[in-house]
Amino acid sequence: MAIKDYIRERFFPHMWCPGCGHGMVLNGLLRAIETLGMSKNEIVMVSGIGCSSRISGYVDFHTLHTIHGRALAFATGVKMSRPELNLIVPMGDGDALSIGGNHFIHACRRNIAMTAIVMNNRIYGMTGGQFSPLTGYGAMATTAPYRNIDHGFDIVQLAMAAGATYVARTTTYHVKQMTEILRDAIIHEGFSVVEIMSQCPTYFGRKNKIGDAPEMLEWFKNTTTPIGSKAKQEDPSLIERGVFVQKELPEYCSEYAKVVERAMKGRS
Amino acid sequence: MSDNVKFLQGNEACVEAALYSGMDFFAGYPITPSTEIAEQMAIRLPRIGGTYLQMEDEIASLCAIIGASLTGHKVMTATSGPGFSLMQEALGYAVMAEIPCVIVNVQRGGPSTGNPTHVSQGDVNQARWGTHGDHAIVALTASNHEDLFRVTVEGFNIAETYRTPVILLFDEVVGHMREKLVIPNPGEIPLVERLKTSVKEGIDYHPYLPREDGRLPMSDFGAVHRYNVTGLFHDMWGFPTDNPKIVHGLLRHLVDKIDNNAHKIAMYKDFYVDDADRLLISYGSAARSALHVVENRRSRGERLGLLELQTLWPFPAQIVRERARGMQSVTVVEMNKGQVLEAVKSAVDKPDRVFLANRTDGVLITPTDIRNFLRVIKGKGI
Repeated sequence: MAIKDYIRERFFPHMWCPGCGHGMVLNGLLRAIETLGMSKNEIVMVSGIGCSSRISGYVDFHTLHTIHGRALAFATGVKMSRPELNLIVPMGDGDALSIGGNHFIHACRRNIAMTAIVMNNRIYGMTGGQFSPLTGYGAMATTAPYRNIDHGFDIVQLAMAAGATYVARTTTYHVKQMTEILRDAIIHEGFSVVEIMSQCPTYFGRKNKIGDAPEMLEWFKNTTTPIGSKAKQEDPSLIERGVFVQKELPEYCSEYAKVVERAMKGRS
Repeated sequence: MSDNVKFLQGNEACVEAALYSGMDFFAGYPITPSTEIAEQMAIRLPRIGGTYLQMEDEIASLCAIIGASLTGHKVMTATSGPGFSLMQEALGYAVMAEIPCVIVNVQRGGPSTGNPTHVSQGDVNQARWGTHGDHAIVALTASNHEDLFRVTVEGFNIAETYRTPVILLFDEVVGHMREKLVIPNPGEIPLVERLKTSVKEGIDYHPYLPREDGRLPMSDFGAVHRYNVTGLFHDMWGFPTDNPKIVHGLLRHLVDKIDNNAHKIAMYKDFYVDDADRLLISYGSAARSALHVVENRRSRGERLGLLELQTLWPFPAQIVRERARGMQSVTVVEMNKGQVLEAVKSAVDKPDRVFLANRTDGVLITPTDIRNFLRVIKGKGI
């Protein structure tokens, strides 16, 4: 199926700014789904609030555009009521880890089969460039005009500690790796977290004088490195990308099926 | 004795009624005095292949049942004041996206953590206006287990009929009180099932285009129609829009579908109202004491009547106005600072004859309390 068949052309052009990385994530995601040959009827996309979350409107799946930070909670209800559906949950960094931080760690802990995609542009874009829990110490934002004093989360470390069984990081520069990781995350039998560093030239790039989209993509290329690379040993400030965790542990819906089995036996 | 006869708590009666209604997906978070509902669901639902889900908080609980409703299930969550406060944003989402769901609030004293193990009816106005923005809402209540059962079943029916969240506003006394319940036989109370679209695969389905009767047939997530659901104002495909005409039309639809059917949603009981010259209006556990007073005064020849409300929102203004007409006094008996009192005053022809008999200290209002109020209203000492 062509990529075009996965989108709702009626609702284009999209509302993202020129140079925004979120369209690249959309492209990478649809290519991953295309390689898997999944039926559109089997896919439910649940998103929250923010620039990233508008992605759900553009794809021709069952789409649920919810409230700020709660996408994973809605998705948990969909998945538990129809475990055979494939759940994809794209979120922004503020959506997933600030207002939605509690739902994020608990979804990781349950190991419920769904794919959480954190489109991390390190800023609240929709509201105009305020600092998020991923902005990082020393960066500029409209609400950190004298530089940010909040330290950022490491999404990968957080997801691993909380119990996610597939954890990966990539960037919009590394589109081929992005597609491969998303494909593997979607078919993973458990809770998968994919952090995709995505550029916001309008706010993060401009406020922090990194430049426009091409310069930001260059910046992703130059500040990241494959996991365990020699470059990382020489320069610990580099951000590693790749698959950090991929393991098999009991999945939540399967575990609940066992609860049902035990309850039904107990009755007779 | 038949298996249908039970001696149980109101919270358990609520569980029985939800199961009778076909509810098979519950998500919740422990909170006094509603926890028994979650505990019973955890036991009962897996036995019928249903889903009990304990979420990380009340916000997630309501979000999860909204998600499950979209796959075609009848869903419920249960909480009390603080949890109900947390649910308000998702409640508004269910209003806007027109998702059938039932939310139980077993009321306790507030504000804040308040009086967790004691009774109150302080959340009546929160149920009405707790979530932001213009909207209509349905809130039902009951004073005894038989009524609680019927009101709960009716709550599911209303949720499905109008594609709306329904709030069951019970209170700690009814929730924890034990009394007899005869569970109706299957079919005894009619059930409204999900109205599914008849639009065939490949034909453009409009999830938010109401039929002529105002109802919106749904398509389950996972079925052949793929559509968008959002909390933003949206067009007939569910796609976000800020077109003023569409925004105006959708808001009107959301309010009208409830308000225009207020007479159908109105549930109430009349006790000795026909020949009464003074009227009590009450609901929930307070109505038990009110009925006691009415029967006691009747035995002494006083013409006191009681209108017991089971539908609080949309407020049954017409019923109240009719019943209050010609009464020397109308006394609202409730356990808050006069939340239904204000709605009654707005409804009746002579608001200056409407009085409040209340108690807000966590103790069930007694017949003696009510009788003392009535004496004061009549200008007698207590």
